[in-house]
Amino acid sequence: MRVVLRNPKRELDVPAPRNIGILLRDLDIVPESVLVIRNDTLATHDERLRDDDVVEIRPVTSGGAA
Amino acid sequence: MKCGRCRAPAVIEVRRHNAGYCRDCFLRHCGEQVRRAIDHFDMAGPGDRILVAVSGGKDSLGLWQLLRDLGYEADGLYLGLGIGEYSDESARYVREFAHDRDWKLVEIDLATDYGFDVEGGSRAAKRAPCSACGLSKRHIFNDAAIRHGYDVLATGHNLDDEAAVLFGNVLRWETEFLGRQHPVLPAAPGFVRKVKPLIRLSERELAAYCVLTGIDYIVEECPMSGGNRHLGYKNMLNEIEERSPGTKAAFVLGFLERAQERFTGEVEVARDDLRPCTLCAAPTPGDICAFCRMRARAVGEPIGVRISS
Repeated sequence: MRVVLRNPKRELDVPAPRNIGILLRDLDIVPESVLVIRNDTLATHDERLRDDDVVEIRPVTSGGAA
Repeated sequence: MKCGRCRAPAVIEVRRHNAGYCRDCFLRHCGEQVRRAIDHFDMAGPGDRILVAVSGGKDSLGLWQLLRDLGYEADGLYLGLGIGEYSDESARYVREFAHDRDWKLVEIDLATDYGFDVEGGSRAAKRAPCSACGLSKRHIFNDAAIRHGYDVLATGHNLDDEAAVLFGNVLRWETEFLGRQHPVLPAAPGFVRKVKPLIRLSERELAAYCVLTGIDYIVEECPMSGGNRHLGYKNMLNEIEERSPGTKAAFVLGFLERAQERFTGEVEVARDDLRPCTLCAAPTPGDICAFCRMRARAVGEPIGVRISS
């Protein structure tokens, strides 16, 4: 499956883990800090993944607190 | 996962509410949280004209949409900060958003209208870029809201922003800042009322709101924010939130309910004691406000010379 990461934008090809929660854990990403968009639709962490999925992991943290 | 409200398939989980939501129930939840914040903190009344400071990011564009959907008369204000391609791109998102909805957008450009950009201001005033940017925004947003006759200035600060600022203020026991940290700064001579209606929504919820409503926003981070202390605090707070969902909301909302008032006596200069800046008339504790001092240094004018415009 393909994983799209942002800031900077880059892509990874990885074997599909069982679900999105496990994917985030494998990539050492804190779930609270991202949205997961699977095949252009928001996805919950229990959703199963397939090898032909494209998953964007979009960070939600912005620095505009000044 | 099922929606906790209607049992349809969920599209997002919000662990602090121990709930998943389908699209429609989630959008309703976002509106309810903004409505609750506005009512609880008495941010705006039915006839108020609201100016929303929009940057092209998820929070401010989401806020503009949410306020309009709740029936408020809300226009947008975009400030061009001159941060290269990042500013060009963020302006495109804002203009497209306003144009698609035929909503009024007020535009101000730091370089064109004031003669300097964030980098120049930062260098001249020997401030970190985020500090020069924040000073410019606070000054210009307030000035624009007053000049254009708005009752309220709304900004897209969310729960995570407020938690990070509170965390920093507590770590250093900045008691004066703690006394000022509130989602409503009431109007005073020279100051428009400032409100933060997103105080009950996390930035993850705002990002999801934008994705689900089709709001196109700039995902890239400001190139000047790298190493920003508040970004580090947000990451730490998210790790705590992961282990203990609801901590950020309890921290911020609990502070406002039970502690903030204890620090109001620490606010050294009451807003009523300020006097008009001799250059721009904005309220200031001295003769010339911090923004005019920074602008003068950035454009190479002796401090104290009035801008001719």
